[in-house]
Amino acid sequence: MEDLIQIGITLFVLLVGYFVGSTLERNHFKSIRNRERASRRMMVLTIEDIPSDWQSQDAGLVTGNAVVSLDYFKRFLAGIRAIFGGRIKSYEPLLDRARREAVLRMKQAALDKGYTAVINMRMETSRLASATKKGKSTAGVEILAFGTGVKLAK
Amino acid sequence: MDISNTETIPGKSIVSYYGLVSGSTVRAKHVGRDIMASFKNIVGGELKGYTELLQESRTEALDRMIAQAKSVGANAVVNVRFSTSSVAQGAAELFAYGTAVQVQ
Repeated sequence: MEDLIQIGITLFVLLVGYFVGSTLERNHFKSIRNRERASRRMMVLTIEDIPSDWQSQDAGLVTGNAVVSLDYFKRFLAGIRAIFGGRIKSYEPLLDRARREAVLRMKQAALDKGYTAVINMRMETSRLASATKKGKSTAGVEILAFGTGVKLAK
Repeated sequence: MDISNTETIPGKSIVSYYGLVSGSTVRAKHVGRDIMASFKNIVGGELKGYTELLQESRTEALDRMIAQAKSVGANAVVNVRFSTSSVAQGAAELFAYGTAVQVQ
């Protein structure tokens, strides 16, 4: 009987993870696409220097970050996939989401400071260690996007 | 104080170099945030508490770097880099470093 309850709880958490997780993901992607469209005018470059015909009036560091984690259901799937190896599809949209969110936040920070473009954009990914003793939960992955915001003269 | 992650400050020229400046901070997440995050782990997605925590910590590391740059008489820091590492269970080190310079 106790075993049944245990299995029941696990199944319930899996289902909640699946349904809530995928709804949240869909909404987040929608919001990302909208904001990307809205901020298309702000140029983000990974080159070091501004093209020589541009004039810069002001410059400063801008950053944006996002910490994300997988839902319970996808973590379960990823665990099974890890036995056989191969491409883990459930992680790809998660990291894509986090990267785009971090870049959008960096763009927003640049906009708030009055910059019109960001140059030398770099990204960093780091895994955060979990605080729980058993190591059961994944604390998450942090994506950091940073670059130099520049204010271009007209 | 001008901060950039490019070799120079766009629109300005470097007149003298002061060398490496850095700032770091080690932060742990407090229990409340951690419990919230483990609930959030069921549905996945962004862990806002951690995002904010890391953002604050990174700002602090940058502030320390800037303070060091000011103490050597610089008015800008160029080529700033970040590094994040999990040093212990539940704690992360955020490190910022760059080259202190005088710009005109």
